[in-house]
Amino acid sequence: MCLGIPGEVVALDIDRPGMATVNVAGARRQVNVMLVEEERVQPGDWVLIHVGFALAKIDEEEARLTLSHLEEMGQAYRDELRAISQSRID
Amino acid sequence: MRFVDEFRDREKAQVLAARIAALCEPGRRYGLMEICGGHTHTIYKHGIEDYLPEAVQLVHGPGCPVCVIPMGRVDDAIWIAEQQGVTMTSFGDLLRVPGSRGSFLDATARGADIRMVYSPLDSLRIARDNPDRRVVFMAIGFETTSPSTAMTVLRAAAEGLENFSVFCNHVTIIPALQAILASPELHIDGFIGPGHVSTVIGCEPYRFIAAERGRPFVVAGFEPLDILQSIQMLLLQLREGRSEVENQYTRVVSWEGNQKALQAIDEVMEPRPTFEWRGLGWIPDSAMRIREKYARFDAERLFDIPAARVADPPACQCGEVLRGIIKPWECRVFGTACTPETPIGTCMVSSEGACAAYYNFGRFSRQRVRQATPA
Repeated sequence: MCLGIPGEVVALDIDRPGMATVNVAGARRQVNVMLVEEERVQPGDWVLIHVGFALAKIDEEEARLTLSHLEEMGQAYRDELRAISQSRID
Repeated sequence: MRFVDEFRDREKAQVLAARIAALCEPGRRYGLMEICGGHTHTIYKHGIEDYLPEAVQLVHGPGCPVCVIPMGRVDDAIWIAEQQGVTMTSFGDLLRVPGSRGSFLDATARGADIRMVYSPLDSLRIARDNPDRRVVFMAIGFETTSPSTAMTVLRAAAEGLENFSVFCNHVTIIPALQAILASPELHIDGFIGPGHVSTVIGCEPYRFIAAERGRPFVVAGFEPLDILQSIQMLLLQLREGRSEVENQYTRVVSWEGNQKALQAIDEVMEPRPTFEWRGLGWIPDSAMRIREKYARFDAERLFDIPAARVADPPACQCGEVLRGIIKPWECRVFGTACTPETPIGTCMVSSEGACAAYYNFGRFSRQRVRQATPA
């Protein structure tokens, strides 16, 4: 719950304003990007995601740094990824 | 990956360690509190204390939302989950947190419909898909998760969903810090500030700690070198007699925070007059409840919750751990009766809890190592 997980924005959903398709740890997930609206997030941008919501735009290097840190966390990160894989936000 | 390698460079850590040692004044001791459970995790995972001189003591703070939820609220949540037609949804972190009648997992075994979700939006979808169920989202967390709960309530309102509500247990970090600063048994010289919470609230709210309470405050990232650099920044302030709020984690945290997220919280929630924290007791204005305007999404208004006060188990010393008075391994049940598999206290449940971090990484304080192996 407390882990901020980086994701790369693949596409903004035209049908559903405020939602985006984001690549999170190799899987495409729906993420709410309304809270980073002012950052004008575009495909190719990286965001830090908390419980289905992007809370900050970050750069690619920060994303990689965070991902490697998360991978070192072991079980907590695996649990979070499992939860994300079962998530169906729309 | 150059950037990553650079940050993980052991030599850099040693350079920082040398600077930290040089900043310590002879005979002076420094108590620095890391507030966030994520930082506690990094500190034990990477053995940050091994890089620090004896004079610098890290004190673990209350910034693990799973760890600070009182048993009574877990009991109330389970009571709601056991009502007719209710589906309770919860983050996975909370499933094993013990209440006085067991955890969510125990309640599930007794027949309650409790489902793990990744996001409150998953809970909303479950409500949409199951119009015959009353779906309740067990909302916990600091300002990193409260915007998500608020946004989900706004969405439920926009959709006119009638079978979705929130059992709101969101807490706020600033009143907890005020309570810690008021604690006479605790000696804190400076704070390693939380990274993700500050993404939302920014750095300004911490100013009173620096300006009025005279404690330096550095918002920190989660890498080992981030922590070491933040410690160095704190010690430099102390050395120069300054007490300011500084932001080490500028890569992610802005000074202003995320205004949209703050607006969403403010639209949907208001501070409670008081809220109980495990280990810290009742703290004024330290938690959020759903505003009257969104009453139809507020499980506390929809259900006649028992709200019984429940004392923590007598053997458990999570309270002292959360206030930084004892180290996790000094708790009388640490690693014996209380383990991550069979936790008695919340600090052992969450992977970001100080006890679980100690337990999982086997890092004991230097004093203990010395006690165990006398020279």
